[in-house]
Amino acid sequence: MFDLSWMAWTWQTATFFAVIALLLAGMTAWEFVRPGGAPRDGVLGLHTTRGDRLFISLLGSAYIHLAWLGLIGPNLWWALALSIVYAVLVFRFV
Amino acid sequence: MNKTLNNRAWFMVLPVLLLVAFNAIIPLMTVVNYSVQETFGNNLFFFEGFKWYEQVLTSSRFHASLTRQIIFTLVILAIEIPLGVAVALAMPRSGPWVPVCLVLMALPLLIPWNVVGAMWNIFALPDIGLLGYVINAIGIDYNFTRQPGSAWFTVVLMDVWHWTSLVVLLAYAGLRSIPDAYYQAARIDSASAWSVFRYIQLPKMRRVLTIAVLLRFIDSFMIYTEPFVLTGGGPGNTTTFLSIDLVKAALGEFNLGIAAAMSVIYFLMTLLACWCFYTLMTRGDEQ
Repeated sequence: MFDLSWMAWTWQTATFFAVIALLLAGMTAWEFVRPGGAPRDGVLGLHTTRGDRLFISLLGSAYIHLAWLGLIGPNLWWALALSIVYAVLVFRFV
Repeated sequence: MNKTLNNRAWFMVLPVLLLVAFNAIIPLMTVVNYSVQETFGNNLFFFEGFKWYEQVLTSSRFHASLTRQIIFTLVILAIEIPLGVAVALAMPRSGPWVPVCLVLMALPLLIPWNVVGAMWNIFALPDIGLLGYVINAIGIDYNFTRQPGSAWFTVVLMDVWHWTSLVVLLAYAGLRSIPDAYYQAARIDSASAWSVFRYIQLPKMRRVLTIAVLLRFIDSFMIYTEPFVLTGGGPGNTTTFLSIDLVKAALGEFNLGIAAAMSVIYFLMTLLACWCFYTLMTRGDEQ
């Protein structure tokens, strides 16, 4: 078996990457079921597919977490909730 | 006409995906793993949560190096893009001088980054370097090893010398792609040189200039080797840009957790910038 100790895995980071992988797998399945990416012009005037919307959601969520850490504190549950609301809004309107 | 969608073509991307996985995704995952742990070596790690991120985000040292990085990037973009366009406009459009100009322009790009740093280090030394000697000879007190202003001037000048050529070559390619009919129409309308530039050349160069800005932004935002060889981040910390600070934290101080958290934040900033530029570029295409 490969020795992956140099990667210093923790269950928290493994969960994080597993969620990302699941999201990507889900998006792939969605694309197979409904091909074309559902392109549209959203409220920001951007032409986005659902892959773009996922990217905007993830990148925005990362910044929400960083801003929460830098400005408020280390308890990130509210940042996570805010990110989920943000992602829903992105998928709905952007 | 209905387009046929065949998603099986995505399997053709698998080799690239594997390559990217080994040279980017796996190292990135490792960096994320390091960023939430403390280590004293020997592959022993202790979970610390978001402590390093919090420390980095509230650290004045990180704010200072980020500010220096942003100022540096804005300064070199403000110089290199207009200068590159001006040089491209001045280059001949045909004739035997075209290849000569192109080779001359390409030369700085062929020099390895550490060699550029070493060259400028010697070139700018006030006692033995030609640039340093001449500047001091005309009465300006210049010593990049102990004056922050001189160090910044030298780092910016070195970057402009090294990378303006890239903007020139891209802008020149954009100019060469403009059909003669546009210029003939401008001549019929008695358009001034400024009007030709404003309404023909600049719009036609828009795409290559966006690529030039994108490339120069990313390169300058990640600059490490040249200023490290030239000034080592000094005098003091005055030319310590983000990547130099990152390497100092990781290798100089062996603060792997803090360095990894800085790397992730740095990566997110670059990713956001790339996305903004990419969106601007593709938005223009749709219009």
